[in-house]
Amino acid sequence: MADEKPKRKRKPPTKKVPMPEQDPDVRRRNFEEVALGYTAEQAIEEAMKCLQCRNPKCISGCPVEVPIKQFVELVQEGKFVEAAMKIKETNSLPAVCGRVCPQETQCEASCIYGIRNEPIAIGRLERFVADFARQKGEDLPELPPKIGKKVAVIGCGPAGLTCAGDLILLGYDVTIFEAFHKGGGVLQYGIPEFRLPKDIVDAEIEYLQRLGVDIKYNFVIGKIRTIKELMEVDGYEAVFIGSGAGAPNFMHIEGMNLVDVFSANEFLTRVNLMKGYRFPEYDTPVNIGNKVAVIGGGNVAMDAARTSLRLGAEEVYIVYRRAREQMPARAEEIHHAEEEGVQFKLLMNPVEVLGDGAKHVIGMKCIRMELGEPDASGRRRPVPIPNSEFVLDVDMVIVAIGNSPNPIIPSTTPGLSVSKWGTIEIDEETGMTTVPGVFAGGDIVTGAATVISAMGAGKRAARGIHEYLSKN
Amino acid sequence: MYEITKKKVLANVGGARTTLMVVKAPDVARVCLPGQFVMIRVNETGERIPLTVADFDRDRGEVTIVFQEVGKTTKLLGTLEEGEFIQDFVGPLGKATPADKKYGTVVAIGGGCGSAIAYPVARAFKDAGNYLITINGARSMDFLIYRDEMKSISDEWYETTDDGSCGVHGFVTTVLADLIEKGRDIDLVFAVGPVPMMKFVAKTTESKGIHTIVSLNSIMVDGTGMCGACRVSVGGQMKFSCVDGPEFDGHQVDFDELMRRLEAYKEKEAISLEEWEKQAGGR
Repeated sequence: MADEKPKRKRKPPTKKVPMPEQDPDVRRRNFEEVALGYTAEQAIEEAMKCLQCRNPKCISGCPVEVPIKQFVELVQEGKFVEAAMKIKETNSLPAVCGRVCPQETQCEASCIYGIRNEPIAIGRLERFVADFARQKGEDLPELPPKIGKKVAVIGCGPAGLTCAGDLILLGYDVTIFEAFHKGGGVLQYGIPEFRLPKDIVDAEIEYLQRLGVDIKYNFVIGKIRTIKELMEVDGYEAVFIGSGAGAPNFMHIEGMNLVDVFSANEFLTRVNLMKGYRFPEYDTPVNIGNKVAVIGGGNVAMDAARTSLRLGAEEVYIVYRRAREQMPARAEEIHHAEEEGVQFKLLMNPVEVLGDGAKHVIGMKCIRMELGEPDASGRRRPVPIPNSEFVLDVDMVIVAIGNSPNPIIPSTTPGLSVSKWGTIEIDEETGMTTVPGVFAGGDIVTGAATVISAMGAGKRAARGIHEYLSKN
Repeated sequence: MYEITKKKVLANVGGARTTLMVVKAPDVARVCLPGQFVMIRVNETGERIPLTVADFDRDRGEVTIVFQEVGKTTKLLGTLEEGEFIQDFVGPLGKATPADKKYGTVVAIGGGCGSAIAYPVARAFKDAGNYLITINGARSMDFLIYRDEMKSISDEWYETTDDGSCGVHGFVTTVLADLIEKGRDIDLVFAVGPVPMMKFVAKTTESKGIHTIVSLNSIMVDGTGMCGACRVSVGGQMKFSCVDGPEFDGHQVDFDELMRRLEAYKEKEAISLEEWEKQAGGR
């Protein structure tokens, strides 16, 4: 009949403006950054899609409370430097977060526009404005008058830098004590250049120094000076411990001490912090096999695998005991690794690394696994399939199965309560430990987690410290 | 930056030098103890290497290091003169020797460059009231270092050289085995030096059940327990030299594994040295 209603036409769901990237076949052999970043036009195009919701949900998904709606609006207007300043009101490290945050599970997961479409590419926009402002040269915000109280921050990683950044903006005198000769923690020694260029990490740290944060390098707190001395002798009225996840875990199987078995920490530290990929221009050597197995399924495992390719390994395997869906690594990292040629050996668990008489690796014996009943974490538990052992032909093994807390600070700080795993126990609300005036956050509290969760903890502790020092 | 306030070549045999440096590092000097080590990086492109503390002066804020110039990093370090600076100097790391206790009779053994490290430990044993026997060993007389220092603190003092050019002709274990054979009552042996030496010292004392501490020189990157490069098997368990050591029960250490692990970067180390000598001609 004639009164048939015309169908309401809905626009097809939109996608994010794609991120320009280096070609996988080229980038798998160089250390330059994989993602190239938006142009100004691309940034504006992406930002224009933002609905500027009256009650935005995105910000609640951000552990460091970035005013996302406001900064995206400034991008829409082409005010990129202002947008960067807006982010820096709550986040000291936007160029870092724009690159390594898992936005898909945070801000972008709550994006209202993203209900029907791909969400607004908040991470890519954050990265763009941070890079733009840095290249342009950033002015410093106006700082409040000095409160006249000193705070010590232990560890110059994401947690410590965030805590220091927030405290300096509040008017405290802040000193960071760093064990290494460079700042950044995992941003410096762990995450590779091709994912997070070190110039950018250095620049973000330099910005904090310009704000007045003092950094003392080569300072292993707990060894050279104790927390008690910092407070009682040196006059620090509060201390934040952000010393990170220290000791690399190894598997309890034969062959872990063979010469060609490395922790991901060692391998990546040699390459990133010590610039071993530029040996012999830099003195620190790094060995690479022809066939490399990386044990583990997290972001660190992906970093180690992709670094191995770039150092010249012919075959690189990720050996992971569960299935693909259960890998803790970001989807983007898995995708990038796969594009570059990393091979995934899933549902396999190493049972022994085989060595020759000179303790060199000649293979890795694995057993096939299948998924059984869900375990305590809700993931289906992998169980070995009987008599399914086989030998994977490899000549180097990198172990990337997490870290345990470093014992140096807990063992030299009387009264500091630690869990049975060695992590420091804190008041969730304030970040304060069992020692009054001593706060903690990041991997030393949670065990190995993400950059952004450590930053969130640093922010929470800064607030806790401010409250504590305002009362005392 | 850490200033070198004193430099002295302790031994120089055909260009193979053992060098002593006193470094201004007041924060380290304030708290370091015998048996602990520092991580150093010579310059901006340098690698981090561990060096055991050879001495310290808390009042002057100085730490002494002694090193054999064998690879690029140690040779490069050896080119620095008094008044020049070491880029990074981190410490004190590792556990101190439990040398402040009275055991009875203690034998402290230093081999080659290890004599410099054995010295402050031996002195601490002496200060704690132990009867101190020292054995100072080297390939030949020209390689013997810390001779007067060792002598001055010892109740009994021996020197050995592989070639017999000075003291007892033989190894440190020649003297040690002799002491044991004579039925001397030894309560503790401390040994630091080349891995084979420590291995044979431990073998020599094992049958008599004499507790033997050895100080390991594993490869390290950070030196604070973060990288695991320094892992070593002790009594079948994985230990990290940097935080669990550097000293361990010599009867429990897998020395053969340690020797293999120390050779992990042998080829790269040779390239590094060769490149440097080609480009810099030694400086």
